[in-house]
Amino acid sequence: MTTFPCAPTALIAEDEPLLAAHLRQELGRLWPELQVVAQVGDGQAALRQALALRPQVCFLDIRMPGLSGLEAAEALAEDWPDGGGAFPLLVFVTAYDQYAVQAFERQAVDYLLKPVAVPRLADCVQRLKTRLALGAPSAQASPAAAAPATPASGAEELARAVEQLRALASSLALPGTAATSTPSAPPAPPVRLEVIQAQVGHTVHLVPIDEVIYFEAADKYVRVVTAEREHLIRTAMRELLPQLDAQRFWQVHRGTVVQVRWIERAVRDEAGRISLSLRGRPEALSVSRLYAHLFKGM
Amino acid sequence: MPTRPPLQPQDALCGGQADTWRQVFLRELRIGVPLCLGVALFLTAVFHDPFHLNLVYSLCIGLTIQGLIEAGRYAMAAWMARRRPNDPAAQRPWPGWRLMGPWIVLSVVLGYLFGATLAGALTDTRHLHSLMAGNLRSLAVISVVVLAVSAGTTWVFYSRAQLAATEAAAQAAQRSAAETQLKLLQSQLEPHMLFNTLANLRVLISLDPGQAQAMLDHLIAFLRATLSASRAAQHPLAAEFERVADYLALMRVRMGERLAVELDLPSELRTLPVPPLLLQPLVENAILHGLEPQVAGGRITLRARREGAQLRLTVHDSGVGLDAARPSRGTGFGLAQVRERLATLHGAQASLTLEPAAGGGTLATLTLPITT
Repeated sequence: MTTFPCAPTALIAEDEPLLAAHLRQELGRLWPELQVVAQVGDGQAALRQALALRPQVCFLDIRMPGLSGLEAAEALAEDWPDGGGAFPLLVFVTAYDQYAVQAFERQAVDYLLKPVAVPRLADCVQRLKTRLALGAPSAQASPAAAAPATPASGAEELARAVEQLRALASSLALPGTAATSTPSAPPAPPVRLEVIQAQVGHTVHLVPIDEVIYFEAADKYVRVVTAEREHLIRTAMRELLPQLDAQRFWQVHRGTVVQVRWIERAVRDEAGRISLSLRGRPEALSVSRLYAHLFKGM
Repeated sequence: MPTRPPLQPQDALCGGQADTWRQVFLRELRIGVPLCLGVALFLTAVFHDPFHLNLVYSLCIGLTIQGLIEAGRYAMAAWMARRRPNDPAAQRPWPGWRLMGPWIVLSVVLGYLFGATLAGALTDTRHLHSLMAGNLRSLAVISVVVLAVSAGTTWVFYSRAQLAATEAAAQAAQRSAAETQLKLLQSQLEPHMLFNTLANLRVLISLDPGQAQAMLDHLIAFLRATLSASRAAQHPLAAEFERVADYLALMRVRMGERLAVELDLPSELRTLPVPPLLLQPLVENAILHGLEPQVAGGRITLRARREGAQLRLTVHDSGVGLDAARPSRGTGFGLAQVRERLATLHGAQASLTLEPAAGGGTLATLTLPITT
């Protein structure tokens, strides 16, 4: 198959087959050059395919099984390889998430409301084309024009996306405004966990929250790591997080939450990656791009 | 330090809002002072004493009595409210006539003795008071006047408090009914569901007009049922299943292969009357919390069975299960509302349970008494 080397590529993540087919069809009419390289129906597949195929644009439905569109975007920003080309331009698609839409507007992130009206989609396509063209000249100017963008502009795009996603996450993290909650959901009163109850067989171990050095997500479980030992609890990280004091427990990766007073130092390597050494534990924890801003000298 | 919050004389005498002690005091004076003025005028007319003397006497005696009666009323009401904290009747600032009757008589005797002594000291007319006390006729007139005024005033306070309490209760009931209605509508016309359905419909119109029309018909039936559900008290079980089928048909268009549906309604149960849209929230929960989060989707099974004098309705989904369902995603309103409706209609005879299903997923079971 011969394609124009700079033909723009896109991924569509939408769990409702008709809507996915429709978006693809309308995009085909409005932007014939655009190649839809993957069409997936859940968040995990979106993350996997985006990492594998590195499309230039991702249309992400917010409510999807597996990971939500927002979670998939965050995970993508964390896992995007260094020098892996430009980070995809993100367009979120939603039927009705009023808080998310407000957040998108504040952060100038592109979004589409379902049912997607054609003029609105045309606007969106125009914006995407403009932004892709802005990234392209440096690639064309460079003699090795095979890559769609130079690593430098790729890093810029990624940094911008990380900044936007971080701002989105913080404005959506307010109680009762989670992207997935129904608008009528009352803000849940924060209940601070003081003791972690970890069950092993017929025994329940009580671990005071002060002794927890870090939590690490492991599939449907969370590992609770103290200086002496570790436990598994059957609570998802996203349920655990709101019950922790955000001043004391910092999320440093989508799967890792560390108690600040156990962090000894943060070291940045040549590639800009930060890793944490802990008091009382030999292993180092890596900090993802999304949370690197937490570790700056005073 | 007091071990409990100080008593707020809320709803004491006039509508809804809690009053401060200062407001209560001023209101008591607004009623007490004119009454004393009236009594003084009356006594002046009867006994031809100097008006100012009668005024001082009647103010001293009247306000003391009023103070005693009202202090006793609040104290007794507070004591009752503390003793029976769960009895709404005990929360009103009215301890009942059985306590208040003797207390009014006692207050009148004590208040008269104290007030008269005070007034005598103030006006330096102790002799007048003792004179009056020796005069049986005037003593009788004064006693009757004071008692009548005290009892009458207390009665006025009492009935005003009653009226206000009734009004406040009616208002609260109306408010909560309207709130429930609104929440019910909001939960049934969930915007996500509505806009996603419309988005699908919009696509179908050009793609497959026949299916678009069928989908529109389901949507119309669903909307009509949702909007009129509050008006009908009962409808046949077959109608309930049809409404759920409308909803599931809409969801099937949206979820495609990810949703499998099985409805099982034995024909002899079709005409049994049931409250409308009891199953709807259970089916919505099964999809929203059970099947939608699951990448592969799953199957939802509705069954109706007769067990003796009971109707058992089950909603089973092969979804992610109760543990994995995100508690933050719903408001719990759907289930609470179903439970509340069951309790109002059938009391302890009806129940709703939610449990992990044997083969995975979640099983919701509704049990209703069969009423024919």
